[in-house]
Amino acid sequence: MAYLIEAKQLCRYYGKYRAVNDVSFSLAKGEILGFLGPNGAGKTTTMQMLSGNLAPSSGQIKINGFDLLDQPLMAKKSLGYLPDTPPLYKDLSVKEFLNYCAQLHGVAKNNMTQCINHSMERCGLTDVSQRLIDNLSKGYQQRVGIAQAILHNPDVIILDEPTVGLDPIQIKEIRTLIRELGQEHGVILSTHHLSEVQESCTHVQIIHQGQLVLNESIEGLNHSLNTGSLLVSTRLMPDTEVLLTIPGVNSVEPITDNKFIIHYCVSEDPCQQITETIITKGWGLQELSPIKKSLEDIFISLTHTSDS
Amino acid sequence: MNMINTIAIHEFKSLFLSPLAWTVLAILQAILAYIFLTQVETFNLIQPKLATIEGAPGLTDIVVIPLFSNAAIILLLVTPLLTMRLICEDRRNKTLSLLMSAPISSADIIIGKYLGSLGLLLILVVLITLMPLSLLVGCELDMGKLFSNLLALMLLVTAFTSTGLFMSTIAGHPTVAAMGTFGVLLLLWILDWTTSMNDQRSELLEYLSILRHFQNLQSGQLNTADISYFLLFTMTFLFLGIGSLNKDRL
Repeated sequence: MAYLIEAKQLCRYYGKYRAVNDVSFSLAKGEILGFLGPNGAGKTTTMQMLSGNLAPSSGQIKINGFDLLDQPLMAKKSLGYLPDTPPLYKDLSVKEFLNYCAQLHGVAKNNMTQCINHSMERCGLTDVSQRLIDNLSKGYQQRVGIAQAILHNPDVIILDEPTVGLDPIQIKEIRTLIRELGQEHGVILSTHHLSEVQESCTHVQIIHQGQLVLNESIEGLNHSLNTGSLLVSTRLMPDTEVLLTIPGVNSVEPITDNKFIIHYCVSEDPCQQITETIITKGWGLQELSPIKKSLEDIFISLTHTSDS
Repeated sequence: MNMINTIAIHEFKSLFLSPLAWTVLAILQAILAYIFLTQVETFNLIQPKLATIEGAPGLTDIVVIPLFSNAAIILLLVTPLLTMRLICEDRRNKTLSLLMSAPISSADIIIGKYLGSLGLLLILVVLITLMPLSLLVGCELDMGKLFSNLLALMLLVTAFTSTGLFMSTIAGHPTVAAMGTFGVLLLLWILDWTTSMNDQRSELLEYLSILRHFQNLQSGQLNTADISYFLLFTMTFLFLGIGSLNKDRL
């Protein structure tokens, strides 16, 4: 299978500091790759290298079969990139700006109006097309950034934190848009929201201190997220020893005397048994709610497993 | 070529979107018009005396040459302000990545930006030339000398702009770029001042001085050495600019 992006052993140094260390991956058509990582993990650096804004210190990047260093113009033809700060000329109107971008990407003249209108429609910009970018809200500016990246219908779309600064409804729209784009293109997006990856991506990569700690499909990620947590509060103080004997319960972490978190194994699903135990023991169950996994939890579990 | 055009046109238009270009055009035009009128007045006053001298300087020598010399010095101050934002501002506003991730080479970016800002300065030069041309209504001008002055000023702005562009690719802040450009240009302008004080002449310093070449052209001698000096000067800084933009990725 021909890959849209092939990155091999990418390294990037800033002086002596190694921001990205030996990252290799590939992206095929129809895949949406989510790039997850905490601040400073090397997400943006990797994206800048993929988009040709930074040269890797070592390693090779091929886009659509063209080497980004040897044939940069051919490689960049199939590239749409939204950096972490949207690159906007604020003294232009949305339409003028997109027109300039279309020219820069060599969109054919007779195709230009159609391309611009199509991408404005997709990003919900039709109503503001005549307004100055400077006067638009941050969310709209972000959308102009996305419109600019998908304008010339590139094979590879790289989006660096595309949903930052958007309201929940817009986020939902953009996620739908990304899923749509993923059907005909290859999309890479970076984020630090786990839910975003779970909702819109087909593949996930987690980068930590410049290194890939996970490179999996979404099913694989869900599998590796085998542990869940429950927040439980009771009227009387429970006996943690009893709770630990329930099969599937890994640990009990007390917060206050009668509030605690139970970590359990999802595949064995001990929730019902926990509830029954608390009720039969007469501790007085007051609250029982699942805790959503945060990115940090996954990191902790991933880095722990890779350490051990 | 297409891309160079696109970038140049965008750059040229965006200069006129801010008040900067309009202000520069208006203020320069006002100051130079004042200088022009003073020179015309001077000529009026000394004309009777000149008529008695054999081979005396004519209208062109008294009006055109001082006008273009003054314009050159004013442009030395103004060009850094016009060029300081070229790459620098793109980098600060993060819009440079738009150009970097598009299928355009660094050379296209630099040359496009160069031509765009050069356009404004050439308009300025043309507007300055219109002033002496207006004298044609009532008197005769030495058209050859006027042409060589026009050429001299045009070559001068091509050189100034390339320096300014290079400075804005290496500077982190527009004011630093402006200061750097002004410093380099002024230094090259005054470079041969010391040589006129001593008996010894330094060939090298004399060759490097912008002023020397500019004055040669102004006097009406179209010399290949002077013209190629300006062209080499411009190309050197453009190449340096392309190199420094490429280095951005490392």
